[in-house]
Amino acid sequence: MNPVNYLYLAALLFTIGATGVLIRRNAIVVFMCVELMLNACNLAFVAFSRMHGNLDGQIIAFFTMVVAAAEVVVGLAIIVSLFRSRHSASVDDASLMKL
Amino acid sequence: MENLIALLVAAPLLGAAVLLCGGRRLDRVGHLLGTLLAAASFVIGVVLFADMLGKNADDRTFTQHLFSWIPVEGFQADVSFQLDQLSMTFVLLITGVGSLIHIYSIGYMEHDERRRRFFGYLNLFLAAMLLLVLADNYLLLYVGWEGVGLASYLLIGFWQHKPSAATAAKKAFLVNRVGDMGLSIAVMLMFTTFGTFAFGPVLKSAEEHLGGGATLTGIALMLLLAACGKSAQVPLQSWLGDAMEGPTPVSALIHAATMVTAGVYLIVRSGAVFNASPDAQLVVVVVGAVTLLFGAIVGCAKDDIKKALAGSTMSQIGYMVLAAGLGPIGYVFAIMHLVTHGFFKAGLFLGAGSVMHGMNDEVDMRKYGALRKYMPVTFVTFGLGYLAIIGFPGLSGFFSKDKIIEAAFAKGGTEGWILGSVALLGAAITAYYMTRVMIMTFFGEKRWQPDGEGHEPHPHESPKSMTIPMIVLAVGSVFAGGFFSIGDRFLHWLEPVTEHSHGNAPISATTVTAATMVVLVVGAGLAYLQYGRRPVPVVAPRGSLLTRAARRDLLQDDFNHVVLVRGGEHLTRSLVYVDHTLVDGVVNGTAASVGGLSGRLRKLQNGYARSYAVSMFGGAALIVAATLLMRAV
Repeated sequence: MNPVNYLYLAALLFTIGATGVLIRRNAIVVFMCVELMLNACNLAFVAFSRMHGNLDGQIIAFFTMVVAAAEVVVGLAIIVSLFRSRHSASVDDASLMKL
Repeated sequence: MENLIALLVAAPLLGAAVLLCGGRRLDRVGHLLGTLLAAASFVIGVVLFADMLGKNADDRTFTQHLFSWIPVEGFQADVSFQLDQLSMTFVLLITGVGSLIHIYSIGYMEHDERRRRFFGYLNLFLAAMLLLVLADNYLLLYVGWEGVGLASYLLIGFWQHKPSAATAAKKAFLVNRVGDMGLSIAVMLMFTTFGTFAFGPVLKSAEEHLGGGATLTGIALMLLLAACGKSAQVPLQSWLGDAMEGPTPVSALIHAATMVTAGVYLIVRSGAVFNASPDAQLVVVVVGAVTLLFGAIVGCAKDDIKKALAGSTMSQIGYMVLAAGLGPIGYVFAIMHLVTHGFFKAGLFLGAGSVMHGMNDEVDMRKYGALRKYMPVTFVTFGLGYLAIIGFPGLSGFFSKDKIIEAAFAKGGTEGWILGSVALLGAAITAYYMTRVMIMTFFGEKRWQPDGEGHEPHPHESPKSMTIPMIVLAVGSVFAGGFFSIGDRFLHWLEPVTEHSHGNAPISATTVTAATMVVLVVGAGLAYLQYGRRPVPVVAPRGSLLTRAARRDLLQDDFNHVVLVRGGEHLTRSLVYVDHTLVDGVVNGTAASVGGLSGRLRKLQNGYARSYAVSMFGGAALIVAATLLMRAV
């Protein structure tokens, strides 16, 4: 199968993820969309790795997974404490940091 | 012998320093010391004069280099003196008349507790004026010039407890500053044009028309502005009338020996500059002619005896400036009239002071009358001064004024006719207003009134210290003109310095003299008919429009108020307006637009995570698009 198709799929996933980040209000969903974008990138890396015949892309994909795991830990903790204090998981409700 | 020149200045300067710094312990002898030092200066002047007479006409310029004042590369300012025939004439006039006024002041200021200080100022005045006429360069002359301005300020405002005197002093000082600006600009122009300001090189360069006609005209006009300030010529004449607030001896000193003569001296001394610029000369004669009539008309309307005399001074100085503007035809006669005027005007002012002394300081002539019986000496000396100033045949004014009128006609052409006629008209008005002063003061019936505190005046003759100077000055008023004119003595004396040419008179000297006599009789006769034949009302009648204008000094103060004061206010107001709208507008506008812009930008910081994400995506998309675009190109 032509590896370019994986790139198309990665672009599609990234777009879905980005759209989700921009239009959804629920923090959990936004968070999942971010994960989707990260995994789209991973897919692109691995596809490029396959196309170029070296392992650089795969190594970076592992790094991304590590970072994503760490991000999930911190991000979920933030969302939980936010929900505890405000009884809402909407990102628009947390808009205190403005001028 | 030449080393004596510095002593001329040093003597009165020492007097001023000692009297002003000496404190109260000198109160008893201060006036004597001041008079002695003024007289010492006069004696030195006479010694130098005798020495000068013993030399050839071409060899009569003495110089004394005292010290180098500001020696800088390319800029040499020296304190050195030059005594030639012109300076000598002034030295004798200043110290001679000045000493007489000192003697007179001993009596006049007897009851003033600040008499010592008064004599200190008088000495300062003499010293500054002597420095002015003895300087051999324009910068040192400027020092004397400013010194004269300072001394006149101190003396006019001597009775500073009177607000009017304080204001008059301030006015004199400020008006003089305008003229001083002219002199300083002239000196600077001279330095940039000729590279020096010593008389010799500057005048020589001017004779050779170095520096171009426009520059020379500029220098000449600035010198004229300076002369207008000091000599109270239109348009800077307004201080002179108010200067009468000073004690009467000060008025005599300002009007006869010092101060107002400085402007005429400056013009005659800078003759070469004016000769090189016919345009500037034309302005000088116009200023002289206008002032001549202006002063005379003001003199006709004043009831205050000193102010009437002040108007007459303005008018007589106008004659001198007119003569000086005629060029080599008139320089000698300007100075000759200045000297004779020094005698009779000092005499008239001292006479007026004597009258006031006897009349409880009343100055309104409408409250005088019939004083000739009570003050015989004052009457005779004042009368001789009066005859001299109107140009009664044989007396001083007759010779000097006649020469100026002749010279005005000799200017030639239409200009000559106009100037000559103005001078003749001035002579008629002079005869009118002086006769008026004479009749109102000494003739008619008593119109005395008790002063504010109810004291009935008891006119009496003044003490000897006052009458003797008056007698000496009266003798000068009678004989000086004849002495100078017979055999053209004065002409030959001054000619080496000022040059002289005869011009081409369209009418003979005899005709001019006859015309002068006619206008004199007409003027004096008119005054006699108006004031001698009819009783003088104690309260001034309303008078015609011209009379009322002349009483207000021909609206000079109103003019200054409307044009300069109001004009200045309008200028500042419009400047403030520009400052508020334009300058502040730009500053505030910049601040407001920056503020407004940041107010709009602030809206981007709305706290919504999703809108931040949009900008991030937008930015990332932009960078990607830019990268692609660059690669495509």
